[in-house]
This record gives sequence, C-alpha cells and structure tokens, in this order.
Amino acid sequence: MNKFFVPITVIAAAMFAYAPFMILNAPYEATMGLVQKIFYFHAACGMAMFLAAFVSGIGSAMFLFTKKPSADRMAVAGAELTVIIGLIVLVTGPLWARKAWGVWWQWDARLTSTLVMWMIFNAYLLLRRYGGPGSEKLAAAVALFGMANVPFVYWSVNVWRTLHPKTSVIPSLQPGMRGPFWFCVVAFLLVTTAILMLRTELEKRRQQLDELYLMAEES
Amino acid sequence: MKRIQALIIALLLVAGPAFAAQEQPKRPVQQDEFVPVSGPTNPQETIPAQTLVGIAYGFIWVLLFGYVWSVRTRLGRVEREMESVSRRIAPGK
Amino acid sequence: MKAFARAVWIVTRKDILIETRTREILLTTVFFALACVLVFAFGFVKEGRPMEDVAAGILWIAIAFSGTLALGRAFERERQGETLRALLIAPIDRPALYLGKLLGILILLAAVEILIVPLVALMFQAALFDHALLMIGLLAAGTVGFAAVGTLFAAMLVRARSRDVMLPVLLYPITVPVIIGGVRGTAALLAPTADLAMARLWLSMLVFFDVVFITLALWTFEPVMTE
Repeated sequence: MNKFFVPITVIAAAMFAYAPFMILNAPYEATMGLVQKIFYFHAACGMAMFLAAFVSGIGSAMFLFTKKPSADRMAVAGAELTVIIGLIVLVTGPLWARKAWGVWWQWDARLTSTLVMWMIFNAYLLLRRYGGPGSEKLAAAVALFGMANVPFVYWSVNVWRTLHPKTSVIPSLQPGMRGPFWFCVVAFLLVTTAILMLRTELEKRRQQLDELYLMAEES
Repeated sequence: MKRIQALIIALLLVAGPAFAAQEQPKRPVQQDEFVPVSGPTNPQETIPAQTLVGIAYGFIWVLLFGYVWSVRTRLGRVEREMESVSRRIAPGK
Repeated sequence: MKAFARAVWIVTRKDILIETRTREILLTTVFFALACVLVFAFGFVKEGRPMEDVAAGILWIAIAFSGTLALGRAFERERQGETLRALLIAPIDRPALYLGKLLGILILLAAVEILIVPLVALMFQAALFDHALLMIGLLAAGTVGFAAVGTLFAAMLVRARSRDVMLPVLLYPITVPVIIGGVRGTAALLAPTADLAMARLWLSMLVFFDVVFITLALWTFEPVMTE
C-alpha cells in the first residue's frame, strides 16, 4: 500500500469528524437560514466528484495509450467514486433546493449536466461489469467522454441563467463561512484520495489473485 | 301622492340591490371525487429545515461509510482467498 | 492526405453499395422511426390535436432511437460477416476507417431524416420548413454529433457481451447535450415568433459538441479497436 495512505486517512478522518462542529459554528445565511448549512458538504462533494472524474479520465487515457494495469485500476476506482460522490451531490442538492427554491429539481444547465455526467460513469461501471472480457478498454473510452464533461458542468452555471448559484459565490463568501468551507473542501479531497487509494489497492489484490489462480492451474 | 310614489320608488331602488346581493347563498358542491386540501401554498413552509439538513448529512455519512466498509470487506475476502490459493501452490512446488 | 481521403471513400462506398443492394437497414430504420413518431403522437395527442411544442422533442427522439438501431444493425452486419477484422487488418489509417464508417452512417441517417422530418411536420402541424436552412443546419449538426459518438461505441462494442443493451446505455447519456441542443434549437424555430438568434446559438453549441466528440472519437478509436 502507498506509504501516504495511513497519514492521509488519519488526517482525512480527523478533518471529516471535526467538520460538523465548524459548520455548526458558522454564521447563518441571511435568506436561507439553517438549510444553507448543507452547502458546506454539498459544494465540497461537488469538487471531490470533479477530482474523481479527472482521476478516472486520466487513468483511462493512460490505460488506452500505455496499457499499464495501474492506470486501469485508477480509472475504475475514480469511476466508482464519481458515482458515489455524485450520488451525494445529487441527493443533498435537492434536499437544499426544496427549501431554497421551493422545488426538488429543475432542469437547468448545472443540474442536468451533473446528472448526465453521473450517468456516464454509471454506464462505465455497467460496461465493465456486463461487457465481458476486454471491456476495460471500451470503458476507458467512455470515461474519457465523462471527463470531458467536467469543465462543461463547472462552467454551465456561469454561461447559462440557472437557479443554481454561480461559481462567483465562492470567492465572495462571508468571512465566517470561508473557513468552514475550505476546511470541508480539503477534508473531502483528502477523503476522496484516501478512498481512491483503498479502492486501487482492492483492484491490485484482485489482479494478484487472478495471477495466483493462473499459477495454481499451471502447477 | 307624488311624495308617496317617490318614497316607494326610492325604497325599490334600495331594495333591488339588497336582494340581488343576497341572491347567491353558498350551496355546498356535492363532492364525487377526492379534492385535496389546498394547504399552505408556500411549499417552502412544509418541511422543516432541520429534517432536510439531518437527512442530508445522515445520507452522506451512511453512503461514505457504507462504501468504505464494502471496499474493506471485499479487500479482506480477496486477501483470504489469496492466502488459500498460495497455500495450494506452495506445497505443490 | 489524398490517400487518407481515398481510404475514407472506399470504406463509405462499400457500406453504401451493400445498403443500396439490400436496403435492409434503410427500410427497417425508416419504418422504426415512423412507428416511433406514431407512438409518441398517440402519447401526446389531446382531443385529436397534438399538444403544443411536442414536435421538436418527438423529432429528435425519433432520430436518436432510430439512429441507435441503425448503428447497431450496421455493425452487426460487420460482425456477422466477420469483415471487421478484415477492415482492421487493411492497410488504412484507423481514423480513416472511423471516418468512413461515420460517413456511411450519416448518409443512412440523412436518408431517414429526409422522410421523417416532413412526416413530423405534417402530423404535428409544425412549421419545420419556414427557416429551412437553419433547420437543415440543426439536423446536420445534431446528427453528426450523435453519429460521431455512436460510431465509436458501436464499433467498440462489436465484440462485447450484452452489446444490444450496452449501446443505448452508453450512447444516450453522452449524447444528451446534442439532443438538448437539437430540441431547443428546433423548438426555437417552431415558436409562434421564430427565435432565430436562439436557434443560431444552439446551432453553434451543436457544432462545438461535434468538434469535441469527433476529436475524442478519432483520438480513442485506434487504441480501443486494437487487441
């Protein structure tokens, strides 16, 4: 296992455990009140989802062009995490939206493109699972398209008129909110990194197991 | 005579609108289908914020811990299988 | 450059020749698109008249569904004849193979659309031909985007398991932006006062997606198709 795994996991877990206290002490937002506190985890998860999608896309590109198994392991770990964290984003967002906008869902550019990106990585996992042998390479092509979506999802909210807040909200956060927000972002990025490492380790062990089975058959 | 006529006409003029105003008593419409109550029209008032925040954070914790737990379980299973397969190979060699 | 163009043309010509002789994919796709439009028509008709604003959506859904079918059938033909391996061994650039296949699919889909678009216009009383040039532009850009991704995935799924269901599962999420662009652009043209600026905006978005998709597809076609 990577020598950074334990320190990253410890720090990530500690930050993740401490985050709710910081969030509770953060100031209330003027118009939305308590429900705005979902923002700290929701936006941080959004960034974590982008990280996971990039990891998957870059791993896929490396796998397609260098055929290294380690790249493929990164790709599948990234895709699974994109689906999990994407699910968090897609559930916490509507929970907040119900109070803030009055509706659970809106087909605006940000929400639609996020859902589409999430579905692409779901398709990646389905292809790997049910596509038969050789589907790792095919899935890698899918992940590349998924990664190409990330800038689109990020900028969608600035280019189109959407209900979703623009990216300019972040630089203009009130001072009391900035601390908890960036703390949560770092916490989630570290948590994502740690889980990615764990997941790639699982994939590596699986491949070693396959090799052992082959050796057992030969002897 | 003329004053009495004027008085009767004045009374009629006042009475007319008074009657007209009374003319529509509210008759209850017979319900033959379920009509939902039009409750608080502002949807933002129906679910308390604490519930939403609680569900959100609860969901995050459950999902993340659930996923980490599942990865670790699978890892343990694979490692145990690896041990058993290597034991099969080792004496055979 | 000339050899490249020639290789593309040879691949496309092969597909067109086979298709003109059997007309199998063309006819089945056209009738499927027709059936699609009919089903949606019954779904969205109120009191014998179509609901407003459904024509754009129905048109593009019919294109997407029949396009998926055509892609599947086209590559199934390659698989059954085991000609895909021959194509891969042939001394042509992989990108030329991809573009040749793409062009073949585009010609097929264009033939389907020439029949379906007037039909939708008729059945839904939609003024699809008032701004014919923009409409054709939207159709062309949208179909190119859809087919570009579709050709890549259909080709790479030829040897995969569950390929019939995998193609839509992979294709639709990725081509959602193209469909959205097509529908919104067409809807802008069909509005009571046609919003030409909006339609042109969506057209430029579609062209942007086309460029991105074709670039990605050309880039990944070779590694994905090689053993």
